[in-house]
Amino acid sequence: MAMASTKTDVDKGRRIFWTNSRRESLVGFLFVVPEITGILLFGVFSLFFSLYLSFTEWNLVGGFDAIHWVGLDNYKAILSDAKFLKALKNNLLYSVILVPVSMLLGLILAAVINSRVYLKELFKVVFFIPYIATTVAVATVFSILFHPTQGAINNILMTLGMSEPPGWLGSTNYALWAIIIIAVWQVLGYNMIIYLAGLTNIPDELYEAAEIDGAGTLQKFFKITVPLLGPTTFFLSITGIVSSFKVFDLIAFLTSGGPNNATNVLVYYLYEEGFQNFRMGYASALSMVLFMIIAIISIITSRMQKNEF
Amino acid sequence: MKKLRLGKLITTGIVGCFSLLFISPLIWMLSAAAKYEVDVMKFPIEWIPTKWNLIENFKTVWLGNVPFGLYYLNSLKLAILMTILTLLFSSMAGYSFAKLNFPFKNGLFVLVLSFFLIPQESTLVPRYILIKWFGLYDTHFALILMGACSIPLTFLARQFIKDIHTDYIEAAKIDGAGHLRIYWQIILPMAKPILATVGILKFLWTWNDYQNPLIFLISKSKYTVTLGIQSFASQYGTSYAVIMMAALSTILPILIVFVLLQKQVINGITMGGVKG
Repeated sequence: MAMASTKTDVDKGRRIFWTNSRRESLVGFLFVVPEITGILLFGVFSLFFSLYLSFTEWNLVGGFDAIHWVGLDNYKAILSDAKFLKALKNNLLYSVILVPVSMLLGLILAAVINSRVYLKELFKVVFFIPYIATTVAVATVFSILFHPTQGAINNILMTLGMSEPPGWLGSTNYALWAIIIIAVWQVLGYNMIIYLAGLTNIPDELYEAAEIDGAGTLQKFFKITVPLLGPTTFFLSITGIVSSFKVFDLIAFLTSGGPNNATNVLVYYLYEEGFQNFRMGYASALSMVLFMIIAIISIITSRMQKNEF
Repeated sequence: MKKLRLGKLITTGIVGCFSLLFISPLIWMLSAAAKYEVDVMKFPIEWIPTKWNLIENFKTVWLGNVPFGLYYLNSLKLAILMTILTLLFSSMAGYSFAKLNFPFKNGLFVLVLSFFLIPQESTLVPRYILIKWFGLYDTHFALILMGACSIPLTFLARQFIKDIHTDYIEAAKIDGAGHLRIYWQIILPMAKPILATVGILKFLWTWNDYQNPLIFLISKSKYTVTLGIQSFASQYGTSYAVIMMAALSTILPILIVFVLLQKQVINGITMGGVKG
């Protein structure tokens, strides 16, 4: 009798311990473990490790014992590093041209395609293809098209009457412009798709009411479409600016930052220092600068968003 | 029946011309891949080759000195494995964050949220050191380990699963189903549309990735197709027709996936505003 009662007590205890909410907690927790482990290891730990390394000098040789603390030296060096300043300047130019141009073209294209053409779905697909096409494969195509003497682009320019077309990727003056042109071509379709999604949220009644009031096409575009797409424009500018500071593939593949650093940008410079010169400390400091730039952009833009919308 | 309107037809014509001009670099690639070397740089451009060399170019790429087929298989293997893992992990985490209660849930969610913004590029150096330290440098496993989960795609999955009505889950609970069974038999089937999107986007990103393979792989036998095309370009130098065939081969699977599943790709990218 006594034995049987203890057994049911244990059973009851087990049942009480594994309540529904405890079971849910366990499953809930286990289900996020892979994701969280990844973030802890390659995110949190990596970020702090990078921060630590940015105060050191280390070229991987001699293992962890050879890590040499240098305090703020890396950061001081960055501020007077001409190559870094050049990369930053290039990156800013790249962003300042790429983001507005690709957004404006994307907006116009979206407005035209949305209601003024047949075959809308087909056009969406065609304009979106460059965005998903493998960047390095696209880069090989453009490297040939931009060939200074035999390339199709310069041949067209010469037919149009330009006697000395630019040297594009091999020229210190034009290499960055060639990269920007390819980048606009790639990202235009993305901006168009996001603007198209924004346009579907604008009720037709607004346009109809404006028409009754005698508004023309351009007036409707500037008085209704543009203001109501404000949040979309805002979203595209942040994601556009942030991703423009991460540009790497095109530059690594096409110019390796050259000629004479004319196309060097932040991530490419970081790559050179870290993975070609193996200056882990200096590259970490560069990573931190990149991280701070992106964090500052995100903070400023989120402030602006609060004020405007 | 709607009547064709003249104004709309004219705009369609103009946009059509612009779209052709826009996509012409890829059409040029296609036609160059089918040409003899001497015809590639001819101007005016021969959009349709007069003399075809498609088969020979194809053979040079796929059966030539550079093991392009191997690079292709490597890319395919990585893309498929990472897609499967991402589907599993992002749907698990998505379900958990959307529908389950557990300790520190909010804190952990904020952690995930805050790493949405942190650029992968700023952790390249420490990740490289970590991977070397684990003895995983120059392995596909390293890439899989780092690419097995994706924060933006987890968000996408969570958002969708959150909108699945709780009634379905409650009904299953009354029938005695546990959380695992609910996940497997109710959530996953109902989340199919979003899983399709997540899977396709992950596949595209992995196939197109250049930076990670460049930093974490060194042996040619482990190269992905994006690294392969580089060694191809340097080996074949000015053999543009052959290089264009390699570029075409690289882009083709992506194009096929996209054209077949354009709705999922475009919806996914619009929904999350996600970027690789």
